Amino acid sequence: MGLLDVFRSNRNKGSASVAKERLQILVAHDRAYRNRPSYLPKLQQEILEVIRKYVEVDLDAVSVNYEQDDDQEFLELNIVLPDAAGRG
Amino acid sequence: MARIIVITSGKGGVGKTTTAAAMAMGLAQRGHRTAVIDFDVGLRNLDLIMGCERRVVYDFVNVINGEANLNQALIRDKRCDSLYVLPASQTRDKEALTQEGVGKVLEELGKGHDYIVCDSPAGIEHGANMAMYFADDAVVVTNPEVSSVRDSDRMLGILASKSRRAEQDDEPIKEHLLLTRYSADRVERGEMLSVDDVQEILSLNLLGVIPESQAVLNASNAGIPVVLDNESNAGRAYNDMVARYLGEDLPMRFLDTERKGIFSRLFRG
Repeated sequence: MGLLDVFRSNRNKGSASVAKERLQILVAHDRAYRNRPSYLPKLQQEILEVIRKYVEVDLDAVSVNYEQDDDQEFLELNIVLPDAAGRG
Repeated sequence: MARIIVITSGKGGVGKTTTAAAMAMGLAQRGHRTAVIDFDVGLRNLDLIMGCERRVVYDFVNVINGEANLNQALIRDKRCDSLYVLPASQTRDKEALTQEGVGKVLEELGKGHDYIVCDSPAGIEHGANMAMYFADDAVVVTNPEVSSVRDSDRMLGILASKSRRAEQDDEPIKEHLLLTRYSADRVERGEMLSVDDVQEILSLNLLGVIPESQAVLNASNAGIPVVLDNESNAGRAYNDMVARYLGEDLPMRFLDTERKGIFSRLFRG
């Protein structure tokens, strides 16, 4: 860091800019979480039950992800099956 | 029918009660018949800030439970004829505020008043929900500080989903931002979020910016709402807030540091 940078960083890079960056990320995350449809946990639970009828998977084997764009919504399902040896 | 204004924030200690007292007194001083209600059951403070703590006989919960009628519980302000205070109770449990009971009291109050100011407790639980449920306007009190801004955003989510207006698909609650404890000095030094920083995140109608000021503590020490102290910057900023709420278009004041001479700059501690 050069001598000039010391002055510059004092001027513009206070802790407020860190606060702002952290807040922007946090608030975007909070809002995405808030806007998720309320049926997601139940959906996840029921999908898991159906899968467990046929395959023995862990309770955390199903993850449901919801994302929203300007004009479309994504529902992402991720199901982790055990390796071949474990399958019935 | 009165217009119902909730003063809310999520986070505690940001200046809700000071703001509720200022808003109510400011509206009343301009001739509007105003009532201010303390929703912080168990931790009542509004009566202290208003300076009427020794005149409390009955409270909000007594009225809801039918142990007193509204007129017995309302305290008329000694400085301003058109202002009434409905204090919270000190000891009852929080569940005493039922939605039905609160609704009835607001309806009855609404018949004789132009504005009802609801001072919300901190948090996002029952008391806070009751304070905002019936609101037409919300003033979200925020400090320029990370946890307060985050909590304010969460409160906006609740206002948009759990209020009567949301449930009945009416026009949503009008949300306003009030930044309090603002230090122009620290903003200039890059140590505090600026108005623009906060607005970039929350983007609400900015009702005012209240500078950090000794006058606020002095006023609460004495039980005189700071809005009555027109000598202080905080008092003037609160008066601006009330005027803006009523539709006046005033520029924001106290956002810049006072220019200091070279000596005070050199010897600043």
